[in-house]
Amino acid sequence: MNTLLLYAQSGLDGLSQPWHWSVSGLALTLIVFLLTWMGRKFGISSSFEAMCTLGGAGRKISYFNVDLAGKGWLLFLVIGTILGGVIAGEFLASPAAVGISDSTIAFLEERGMSYPASDSSGRGFMPTSIFNWTNTAGIIAALAGGFLVGFGARYGRGCTSGHAITGMAHLQLPSLLTVIGFFIGGLITTHLVLPWLLRFLVGDVA
Amino acid sequence: MFRNISFLAVGIFFGITMTKSEAISWYRILEMFRFESFHMYGIIGVAVAGSAFVIWLMKYTQMKTLDDKLVVVPNPMQLNVKRHLLAGSIFGLGWALIGSCPGPIYVLLGNGYSILLLVLVGALAGVLAYGAFGQKLPH
Repeated sequence: MNTLLLYAQSGLDGLSQPWHWSVSGLALTLIVFLLTWMGRKFGISSSFEAMCTLGGAGRKISYFNVDLAGKGWLLFLVIGTILGGVIAGEFLASPAAVGISDSTIAFLEERGMSYPASDSSGRGFMPTSIFNWTNTAGIIAALAGGFLVGFGARYGRGCTSGHAITGMAHLQLPSLLTVIGFFIGGLITTHLVLPWLLRFLVGDVA
Repeated sequence: MFRNISFLAVGIFFGITMTKSEAISWYRILEMFRFESFHMYGIIGVAVAGSAFVIWLMKYTQMKTLDDKLVVVPNPMQLNVKRHLLAGSIFGLGWALIGSCPGPIYVLLGNGYSILLLVLVGALAGVLAYGAFGQKLPH
């Protein structure tokens, strides 16, 4: 019995380390397999659309006037995704902050953001020195960034899960082109916008 | 009901995977777009190659899904280079700013970052805007 507990404990400790990229990639592969086998498509941003329909948007905008029957599974997937975050955060937390590269840390330091202290939890998941409920610039950035992600995902009919993983795995050219778009936009923000914008976004607390 | 519990379980596994892979980290996304680490490329690369192999195998062996159907391309899109690049770019502009795509928005909420509710509100507003005015764009 003690040995069993010991194994369980060491297993939990192993899972609590940050997962290697190859393990993470294989875990995502398993998810694609499971959802495909269950007759569904791995695509998270579809849930945004379903939420709009659920909220009654279909009465004003015909685009959302669709039958939600057969989309209930998305709700369970989304609730599970949130719960997975809760479980990983509560029971499988890594012993140290995300190990980003020194050059990324230097880039941030130059703009007044220390790492990992700019995430108040010290985990290195989200710069709460920017994105918090009292920093107006951060609030605007959160809303604007969310808007672009939501708009782009529905205009392109898919996000990272639907196009970058599922669509590419099905060897779809539209998905490849959409992913190239993801990178065009991401590189523009990262290299042309963030270098000067970060200084404005970081509130006094940083 | 059992089927729904299965989707819940897959979701939980997805949330844990995204957290432990660190793919939900704003800093990891910044690092990826600055080409300063292989980490994110490794995750996406293995996920795409692995999924492509699994899906090819399912098609090749004519494996039936639980709905007793063959595996086909889900909702194939008609090729429109302008649309794909434009839509992707709009998404990418936002992705690099908030450091999270739709999945991580939910996972970060679970990890206790309540500010993602604001990102979610922004995303829903973006979806509503597309539903209302998006038809005018190239399709």
